[in-house]
Amino acid sequence: MADEPKVAPQEPAAPKPPWEEKPVPPVPADAREHPQVAEIAALVPDAVADAVSFAGQVTVVVPAARLADVCRACKDKLDYKFLVDLTAVDWKERAEGRFDVVYWMHRHGKSQRLRLKVRIADGVELPSVTGIWKVANWMEREVFDMFGIYFGGHPNLERILTWEGFNGHPLRKDFPIEGIDTGAAIYPDVYPPGGGPKKEGGEPA
Amino acid sequence: MSPEVVRPFPDSEEMEISFGPQHPATHGVLRVMVKLDGEKIIEAKPIIGYLHRGTEKIFERETYNGAIPHTDRLDYTAAATNNQGLVGAVERLMGITVPPRAAYIRMMLAELQRIASHIIWLGTHALDIGAQTPFFYTFQEREKILDLYEEYCGARLTLNCMRVGGQPFDLPAGWTDRCREFIDQFPARVAEWEGLLTNNRIWKQRTIGVGVISAADAIEWGLTGPPLRGSGVRWDIRKVFPYDHYDEVEFEVPTGAHGDTYDRYLVRMEEMRQSVRIVRQCLDRIPDGPVLAKVPKVIKPPKGEIYFSVEGPKGELGYYIVSNGEATPHRLHVRPACFINLQALPEMVRGYLVADLIAVIGTLDIVLGEIDR
Amino acid sequence: MGLIEDRFEPNILLTSYDTIFNWARRSSVWPLQFGLACCAIEMMAAMDPRYDLSRFGMEVFRGTPRQADLMLVAGTVTEKMAPIVKRLYDQMAEPKWVLAMGSCATCGGPYRTYAVTQGVDRLVPVDVYVPGCPPRPEALIYGLMQLQRKIDRMTIAKKAS
Repeated sequence: MADEPKVAPQEPAAPKPPWEEKPVPPVPADAREHPQVAEIAALVPDAVADAVSFAGQVTVVVPAARLADVCRACKDKLDYKFLVDLTAVDWKERAEGRFDVVYWMHRHGKSQRLRLKVRIADGVELPSVTGIWKVANWMEREVFDMFGIYFGGHPNLERILTWEGFNGHPLRKDFPIEGIDTGAAIYPDVYPPGGGPKKEGGEPA
Repeated sequence: MSPEVVRPFPDSEEMEISFGPQHPATHGVLRVMVKLDGEKIIEAKPIIGYLHRGTEKIFERETYNGAIPHTDRLDYTAAATNNQGLVGAVERLMGITVPPRAAYIRMMLAELQRIASHIIWLGTHALDIGAQTPFFYTFQEREKILDLYEEYCGARLTLNCMRVGGQPFDLPAGWTDRCREFIDQFPARVAEWEGLLTNNRIWKQRTIGVGVISAADAIEWGLTGPPLRGSGVRWDIRKVFPYDHYDEVEFEVPTGAHGDTYDRYLVRMEEMRQSVRIVRQCLDRIPDGPVLAKVPKVIKPPKGEIYFSVEGPKGELGYYIVSNGEATPHRLHVRPACFINLQALPEMVRGYLVADLIAVIGTLDIVLGEIDR
Repeated sequence: MGLIEDRFEPNILLTSYDTIFNWARRSSVWPLQFGLACCAIEMMAAMDPRYDLSRFGMEVFRGTPRQADLMLVAGTVTEKMAPIVKRLYDQMAEPKWVLAMGSCATCGGPYRTYAVTQGVDRLVPVDVYVPGCPPRPEALIYGLMQLQRKIDRMTIAKKAS
């Protein structure tokens, strides 16, 4: 009987590059000890209700009552002079409050960003931050237009993207995308016989 | 600083004029209510929303890859950077690493798009101010860039040229040669256009000292992109929070000194040259390999939120995604550069003449698709 | 023109008048610069040296509707903009034509939402529809040539009632 051929020892397989492996999603972590969060907690009492770090970005949940103080402290003392974005998210039917209003700030010195989040119920008014960051003017108008959240102290809180007399707040989850009494909701799918609008005299154009 | 508003006749009446929404120089459907004292602007109030199409509401029922064509139509002069922002945000939300070949292709497409967008800016800005010739010179070059895009992804304007996890197609045969041919002859073209405008007496009189905004005011009003850099703040997302492989290519970020229209013009011309530099380095260094990472068939990011921004030709274009684990986003918000830049318009035109209003709207380089979404 | 239009039954003597007037009208259509959205960029590209609209006599884009013949609705018409579209159409002098460029102007396009008018023909009568998102400049030029053919069919004789 011939000898079994010797099998050469296998070399360990080279690690595959990350784009050939299944992607590993980031996981949220508690961030109360994070330096950016600790700074805020030190300056404003009861400012930090919760803090989460996810995908390298830190979010601080601030109670609505402390929002004005936290924003003022961030701008004046912590150097967050650039408000990058101000928007809202509608979580229909949530215990802590229907809307999340999100403030995303940047500081140039250390090139760091921080997200503040406020949870409010429908109908609750938030203080406006236009006195703190001038850029928030149109951003708050857009949040008012799209979600119906009022900002107290805003110089001219009017609709900005939709028009005067528009019924409803479009980005709320209970607003149908085709509209209530405008846009796609009012145009019949079937054209009247003979086509669209007529020229004077009744002839098709 | 804007010149003081001096009223020579105490009983002169104010005129309120509605400038737009249909106007050859408003770059879209922008309406500006201007209060005038003769030709001097007392107050200018932009009214927007004439192109509000409900894109953010549409995003909530589209899948992530299906939302990419909708992002094309936001800043419709620069579709590739819009796509780059969305796919970059979803990739960071899911922990996907893009293969290097795909990242280099993205950089090339984005920089070519920056050149194409600045070409539209230059042609229309000069046309508004009264110089009709540069429009024809510049758009001829833009057609060459659009030919390159058409070869790659089939579309000229609304590109849809990126996917979550990489690129949909590899570069076609000969694309790199044609791209190299284009960028070799392009700096001579930029020099030609500068020869028409930069030392032109009329151009300088119309743009120097017009629409001045200081660096502190620019940061206060949240300006980004060339309006911020024209005021002297050297800030560019590609340097501060680099994405794709921008930290591996060498390029400079041009800034201006005075914050007026002429400086913003010089900044954008120099940005075109720097984009050529980046594309040349990408062509030299692009590695071989796959162009799409291994991503699941149905893209379902985990619960969480993320903000990711790219340096578009207009400024910082950001995407804020809130996901609750489904295939469609719970909220996809676009941080539009032009919307924020336009907010500073009243500051920049107070006290100037009506004709300067046109110059300032052109220099802010606004695109109503991004403002109104 | 008002003196001789609509007075005569169709007859052979009017054909040369028709030829001359139609030739004059089709060769110098002056569009109204009404770029609303992305299609406006392709409209501008139709003006650039490669796709030259000048060879059709159409490079003179007017800023005001009172001097324009053709309303080139290029882009999405939103509900907020709709009254203005109608007002501009009313300000144009006869003979006037409307070309709906792109799928948003034709039928609302990809935007079946609360803010978008589902097609500009809900507001004004449209002569030519050019589909596409956005249509290439060649498609726009084809649409303009179709409009020229439509203009060729005009007559100053009385129209059949």
